[in-house]
Amino acid sequence: MEIDPFIFRLSIFILSIFVGYYVVWSVTPSLHTPLMSVTNAISSVIIVGAIIASLAGTDLSVFNQSSIFGFLAIVLAAINIFGGFLVTQRMLAMYKKKKKDKK
Amino acid sequence: MISANLLAIFYLISGILFILALRGLSSPETSRKGNLFGIIGMAIAITVTFLSIDNFSSGFFYVILFLLIGGSIGAFIAFKIPMTAMPELVAGFHSLVGLAAVFVAISAFISPEVFNLGTSGNIKLASLIEMSIGAAVGAITFSGSIIAFLKLRGLMSGSPITFPGQHILNLLILISIIILTYFLCLNQSPSFFWSLIAISFLVGFLLIIPIGGADMPVVISMLNSYSGWAAAGIGFTLENTALIITGALVGSSGAILSYIMCKGMNRSFFNVILGGFGGTDQTSSKTSKEQKPVKSGNADDAAFLMKNASSVIIVPGYGMAVAQAQHALREMVDSLKKNGVKVTYAIHPVAGRMPGHMNVLLAEANVPYDEVFELEEINNDFANCDVAYVIGANDVTNPVAKSDPQSPIYGMPVLDVEKSKSVLFVKRSLSPGYAGIDNDLFYRDNTLMLFADAKKMTEDIIKNL
Repeated sequence: MEIDPFIFRLSIFILSIFVGYYVVWSVTPSLHTPLMSVTNAISSVIIVGAIIASLAGTDLSVFNQSSIFGFLAIVLAAINIFGGFLVTQRMLAMYKKKKKDKK
Repeated sequence: MISANLLAIFYLISGILFILALRGLSSPETSRKGNLFGIIGMAIAITVTFLSIDNFSSGFFYVILFLLIGGSIGAFIAFKIPMTAMPELVAGFHSLVGLAAVFVAISAFISPEVFNLGTSGNIKLASLIEMSIGAAVGAITFSGSIIAFLKLRGLMSGSPITFPGQHILNLLILISIIILTYFLCLNQSPSFFWSLIAISFLVGFLLIIPIGGADMPVVISMLNSYSGWAAAGIGFTLENTALIITGALVGSSGAILSYIMCKGMNRSFFNVILGGFGGTDQTSSKTSKEQKPVKSGNADDAAFLMKNASSVIIVPGYGMAVAQAQHALREMVDSLKKNGVKVTYAIHPVAGRMPGHMNVLLAEANVPYDEVFELEEINNDFANCDVAYVIGANDVTNPVAKSDPQSPIYGMPVLDVEKSKSVLFVKRSLSPGYAGIDNDLFYRDNTLMLFADAKKMTEDIIKNL
């Protein structure tokens, strides 16, 4: 008897939900905005699907019905990846501790 | 070309790096390294996807081209965006993830053979269900986020839009989505697929219009969660571990944030989603006020009070973001500190328009994060503090939430501002806050109202210090 590979993926999915649950509860509330922007950036890993989709065409016709949607998705996901990580970086750079020379 | 097994392992590695990216956010010191892990994870995922492609057709050139176009747009936005616009930026980004998920699902539906999902018109049943879920949730995320974006940007009124039969309509549409998915699975007709996407766009739109401006923290978190579930749906379709892990992480992250935000308002998730809060019903309560006496003061009085205080707690709210008063506020605090006054900041979980909104603005104004405290950490300190300076916050300080069971905000955790010796309340007028109720704090003996724009008042106080 063989286990459907879907069950393996489902297991990864469920376990990741639990990992996410515990990891996110430990995020300090003051960093909730960077949390949102970074989750935004990482969810754009959907770009891997977009890349595969965009290469659906052949050498002769790069753009067909299906690859056009792939290319569009690449642009959208790329905006998110670069925008998301960079804006997170920018925000996190602003969080500073009190300087030692207290007055 | 690398083997499928190696590919899967690399996707697992990027999934783990994404977990570490979120883990880093547990403290500001580790957060920057966390973000770097996230970037490395993304770079690995994209690189191995390239390596997995065996025929480098000329399409590859366009992939790089579009990647760079999108990347430059994203980088440009990231550097230009002011910190006060962060809520609408995040809403905008969510819409892009949603739309990208829809596009990938469409592409997979049109050419399933590219993704090894069977042939057009004969797609594997499981894949078809997965891509329908991905497309539907993606479409809801997209249109919902667009509405949230417009409301946050002020291009659309922040007040809730309701009409009779709204909930029944939404319910009917949700049922029709399930029916459409069923028929789609039966005969794989493209028209069912397109209608499914169209209706899902409509759902996102209808779901967000009845929700008012100050409930936006919940909405943004919820859409964050949806964008994750959409990515996970696509991840199942593409059998891609990195996407499944990420989708689950983002989905649960958004769900937790929604929960924290709802708890901060003492409202159930459904109460927020069904919307219409702070609408017209509350207008009747406006009649009973006006006659109560209010003490009002000017910048001079405020400066005198704070200069002679030994401790001051600042309570910022959305009004501070609107007035862009965070820099002026920091300058005021600097001069107070020179006078030997101890100053801390108290932040309510739902202050602002998204989770952590105030913290980012204060960080932008160079306020050290160890002077900024959350509600539970600081609430007992109000009793020992001389002056509470409320700038742009309203409902989150209303003592009615503790005393009047009839009030719509009863039971909501509030900052015990009234316990401090005196309260300085910067506000343009006596108008009620988002919840549409009068703030009892205005009429307390120890409250001094400062009627002015938050930024202007703060600047005037600096001059008088």
